[in-house]
Amino acid sequence: MSRSYSFFPLGDSAVLIQFESWVSENIHREVTAAARCIEENPFPGFVECIPSFTSVAIYYEFHRINKPDEFDTVYAYICSMLEQRMVADEAEKASAVPDVVEIPVCYGGKHGPDLELVADKNRLTPEEVIRIHSGQDYLIYAIGFAPGFPYVGGIPDTIATPRKKTPRLRIPPGSVGIAGNQTGIYPIETPGGWQLIGRTPLALFRPGAQPPSLLKAGQYIRFRPIETEEYERIREVSLWV
Amino acid sequence: MGLTVIKPGLLVTLQDAGRYGYGRYGISAGGVMDGFAYRVANVLVGNEDGAAVLEITWSGFAVEFQSDMWVAITGGDMSPAIQDTRVPMWRPVYIKAGSVLSFQQRLSGCRAYLAVSGGFEVPMVMDSYSTYLRAEIGGYEGRPLQKGDVLNAHPSRLPRVSSGFPYDEAGTFFTVKWSVSADLYSINDQETVVRVLRGRQYDDFDSSSKLALFRDSFRITPQSDRMGYRLSGPLLRLSQEKEYISEPVSIGTVQVPADGQPIVLMADRQTLGGYPKIAQVASVDVPLIAQLPPGGMIRFKEITLAEAERLYTDYIRELRMTEAMIKLKLKERANIGSSGSELRYGRELRRLPNWQ
Repeated sequence: MSRSYSFFPLGDSAVLIQFESWVSENIHREVTAAARCIEENPFPGFVECIPSFTSVAIYYEFHRINKPDEFDTVYAYICSMLEQRMVADEAEKASAVPDVVEIPVCYGGKHGPDLELVADKNRLTPEEVIRIHSGQDYLIYAIGFAPGFPYVGGIPDTIATPRKKTPRLRIPPGSVGIAGNQTGIYPIETPGGWQLIGRTPLALFRPGAQPPSLLKAGQYIRFRPIETEEYERIREVSLWV
Repeated sequence: MGLTVIKPGLLVTLQDAGRYGYGRYGISAGGVMDGFAYRVANVLVGNEDGAAVLEITWSGFAVEFQSDMWVAITGGDMSPAIQDTRVPMWRPVYIKAGSVLSFQQRLSGCRAYLAVSGGFEVPMVMDSYSTYLRAEIGGYEGRPLQKGDVLNAHPSRLPRVSSGFPYDEAGTFFTVKWSVSADLYSINDQETVVRVLRGRQYDDFDSSSKLALFRDSFRITPQSDRMGYRLSGPLLRLSQEKEYISEPVSIGTVQVPADGQPIVLMADRQTLGGYPKIAQVASVDVPLIAQLPPGGMIRFKEITLAEAERLYTDYIRELRMTEAMIKLKLKERANIGSSGSELRYGRELRRLPNWQ
């Protein structure tokens, strides 16, 4: 692993490892690799890693850390343990096959009430919006905001659309939306201002399953347009998951 | 073997120490707001770490006991009482079946904790009993308690008590003579000093904001809840406008949205935050904030990371000593009963957990 990272204390029970200050797929690979190194070789008192766009936070149970005397602070000791673990396997990182998760989406109609609006604003037909939205893979930089919600890379400017001025009070789970040049999928029912262009029948948040999220940071999403019949068929199956 | 909710109160939820290991999936840690009151409540009734308790926000909650039970009430003082007889806090209390325990009026703090011996029996969801309100999972059917809900408890580790013990006049409950010292826990509705570290983006704020952060006081607004405490005070401004990339946050992270008014993130915080972080509350002072009501005043005091760690070390030592004392008291027969009566623990004593 390159040494282009720095440590910051996130209070007295977590360390933030910051890579660069701009978002890129290469930097995110460093984030994912660091989280994996630490999770595969946890130190006593380690709680969890939360990876994000350009950084990863490592949480620990302060009272379970036995700090050797040569370190002034528990934080310094944790940093040294993290440094030891972040030994890199560049070859492995480069050869890692991207993990692509297909998300079937029923665009437009009752599942995507704002598809026409997004098309109009961008002077496109709804079919063109669907083709552009589903025409590329999106890296998942982080899961956050809500359980199972993927923060993914930007959509092409040709379909970017500002948020609604007045947010909807209820957005059904599985709704696929656009806000500016971001796209996302709502895992749970929540209020929100995104322009809704479609809906997936897959459950992104599955509290009974292990892991409880369909998606994880570092994977890629590929949207696949489906018709209503297929939506209903998949939905019936996914209710049992 | 249970409790029936008579009055639901403002917001009463089942909580434990929190849901960890799932932050990478966007799942909030949750758990109790006041970890100190929580731990002490469980130890007072012989529970292991991690048992589920009720977090009772403000007053107005009442439950009826369906069976005799050891309980402990800690945290903020909501005047717990049975038939107008005050039930003492911070100690084990034995409550007879048929009694109604109500939390009548807020006297200090804003969250009380009710632990029952054995711990409340609810399904574990993602390794935790905590109620995750936003996702509607965990705790009691993923929601705050409602009138008529019945809560069951796991088997108690403390002995059953037969008749002949020093109950109150109405014969509904009795308590031990000792309690956890109140000095350990002073909740103050006046201006409270909260110790913080500089946040990661502290230096991005302009010099007058950096000064004001530690000089002026901040009021807790009514828009404060288990997710975060919204404060109002001097405007905190960046020296230049900047967009920040969302990054992980922690309990006690103080972030500043564009309106310049800080938010202290609490138990139900989201896992990532996109606002600049001006400060980070030292872990030892998180329970203090958890007990401050809307309208309460906060003044931030800067400490170093080394000081925060020293405070944390002292806090843990104090907590362990308190726990050891309680465990000892629970084993001392003579200390049960307010007029020197003994509990005949007999063989049951050995069922007490094996504390290290």
